[in-house]
Amino acid sequence: MNHGPLLFLGVFFAMAASWCGLVLAPQMQLGRQGAVPAKGSQLYPSPRPGLANQGKEVYRANGCYYCHSQQIVPRTVGADIERGWGQRYSVAQDYLVDRPVMLGHLRIGPDLANIGLRRPDDETRTNFVWHLKHLYNPRATSPGSIMPSYPFLFETRPLTRGKRSEDALELTGQLAPESGFEIVPRLETKALVAYLFSLRAETSLFESPIPAPTSAAGDTNAAPAAGTNAPASASTNAPRK
Amino acid sequence: MTGTNIPAPTPESSSHPRPSPDALPIPPADIDLSCRIPVLFLFASALVWLFLSSVLVWITSLKLFSPELLSNSPWLTFGRLQPAYLNALVYGFGTQAALGAALWLLARLGQTTLYGSVLITTAGALWNLGVTVGIAGIMAGDSTGHEWLEIPRYASPFLFVSYSLIGICAIMTFYFRRQRELYVSQWFLLAALLWFPWSYSTAQLLLVFFPARGIVQAVIDSWFAHNLIEFWLTAVGLAALFYFIPKLLDRPLYSRWLACFGFWLFVLLGGWGGLWIGAPVPRWLAAVSALASMMMILPVMAAALNFYFTLNGQSTILKKSSSGRFILFAAMAYVIGGVLSSMTTLRPLNQMVRFTQFTTALLHLNLLGFFAMAMLGSIYYIVPRLTLQNWASEKLVQAHFWASALGIALYTISLGIGGLVQGAALNDPNVPFLNVVSRTLPFLTASSVAMCVLLAGNAALLINLAWTLARCCRTCCQSDCILGTDLRPLSAGATR
Repeated sequence: MNHGPLLFLGVFFAMAASWCGLVLAPQMQLGRQGAVPAKGSQLYPSPRPGLANQGKEVYRANGCYYCHSQQIVPRTVGADIERGWGQRYSVAQDYLVDRPVMLGHLRIGPDLANIGLRRPDDETRTNFVWHLKHLYNPRATSPGSIMPSYPFLFETRPLTRGKRSEDALELTGQLAPESGFEIVPRLETKALVAYLFSLRAETSLFESPIPAPTSAAGDTNAAPAAGTNAPASASTNAPRK
Repeated sequence: MTGTNIPAPTPESSSHPRPSPDALPIPPADIDLSCRIPVLFLFASALVWLFLSSVLVWITSLKLFSPELLSNSPWLTFGRLQPAYLNALVYGFGTQAALGAALWLLARLGQTTLYGSVLITTAGALWNLGVTVGIAGIMAGDSTGHEWLEIPRYASPFLFVSYSLIGICAIMTFYFRRQRELYVSQWFLLAALLWFPWSYSTAQLLLVFFPARGIVQAVIDSWFAHNLIEFWLTAVGLAALFYFIPKLLDRPLYSRWLACFGFWLFVLLGGWGGLWIGAPVPRWLAAVSALASMMMILPVMAAALNFYFTLNGQSTILKKSSSGRFILFAAMAYVIGGVLSSMTTLRPLNQMVRFTQFTTALLHLNLLGFFAMAMLGSIYYIVPRLTLQNWASEKLVQAHFWASALGIALYTISLGIGGLVQGAALNDPNVPFLNVVSRTLPFLTASSVAMCVLLAGNAALLINLAWTLARCCRTCCQSDCILGTDLRPLSAGATR
């Protein structure tokens, strides 16, 4: 152990082995992975629509993934599926179109891998409004939450001709704006909500099939107001018995 | 594997102008003189970053239980402060402290003067520029989105160039060493110096500049993050422990062969950890990674036994010296952290702590408890030798040690227990998520108190350093010297 070159070679090969194993091999195995057929003529995963893709940048810039993971672990490892956070565990296929992949490794907040299934975009826009309110002040929708408020994602502006605009938040109590003013989401905020709606792994995959729906699955985190939250109804690709 | 690296009797046939072993030895004071400006510059900037990072982490820890705090500014939102803190800690403090200590150790152990002092100082300034721009970028919302690699693409090339320049100087210092026999610390330093540019460039290229597809990004990111801690910070921290424990005790290392065994296991296994069973990656990857993490207990135990038998019950000697206390704390934190890291790959514990604050606690036990304390111990030892001044205030040194030790202990214990509570609640599907949150709140509050204590300690160190450097400058001015070139008569008496 007194020869620099020998030491160098030994260290070099040990590190090269780790590089081959954890960088090269995954790239060889998964680097050419492609989308798979989903229901109808769609592919899974398909690229996000433009607005949702823009919202992903908001998610990245504000570091949402330091508190929210985007990975469902198998039943043998954790209670994610029992919690109703997903219909099946996450696999490599689910992240194919993500750049960057924001897995997250802490759950200071709940997992968001399937937030688009748990709070889907609906015709009445109930969940759209819920998300906006929750982003403006999480305590307004989820008392006891420790998520920061994001007032900078909203604009406080005077009413135009005394009328509230369509997007304005309906806030009560201390959070309500001064009279004559309204609080409206910025474009980036709507994009962020569009991104959240796009987080849905509802395609059953060979490597991670969606089990037949059971009645026990329920979302313990969701607000009781939204009946559309139940994940079971959305499992269109689940193998039916 | 260890057998292949036992020194073979190859004759030294080199045409390079390397000094012959029987040349006159360079006095330590001259070696320190050559390190003076660059190493002091790296240490001083590192400690400024340490202070800044502890301000940032204190604010983030407050935000965890008072979410409206500073919420009006996008620059100060939790999701931006958190990466800003970790980058300030790892790239601002960690890397510069590690480089400073590595350069000094390589010069002292090789019994040679530092190669390229001016170049190192210039590159150090470039590094600080890169980290400043990078952290400002993160707070402006330009983070890359890859954990531990958030510094945006317009700042990371500065870091790479700067590191390369310093790394080359370090390797040259190693190459021109007069003491041909290598000590354990030099093995670790050489491995660390080689690993950082390799992994940093790989991760930058494959994640930021030409991103890989899909989940491969997450695998590369976890490879980089794990090894940044294992091979860069831990390796330099171990080099410091292997140097300072015998040095402060004035006694040889217990066993070079045990250290050799531990070193090769460390190098072979250290690069494989980081992925957990159940992550959305191919199962063989997670299994190999878990196995390697579990086996990492072997090098940890090898180092632990070596430290224990070197100490041989004489830990009071270390406790009496200011740097010795930090080193002793670091050694204990290394062993506890290493054992816990291996244990978290075992299934029951793994399920319990995954996604919880326990992982944060463990990370900080390794980062602050072991690495930062080892570096601080080195700084307390090295700075007086470079400035030819004792630390300006012994009381501030004491205050800093106790604040750091208590702060780190309280932080890791509160978040560790909090994490177990959180994990138990998360794994029970009948506990609503908001109840999981409310159960962890007391622990989050305690961790915030801990960070406040740590902040006070780091402020004490910064004041002490500024005071000491001011004294050094004053002495320097009185003796009409520039850059310490004429300090030889002074230095003769001051080198202990």
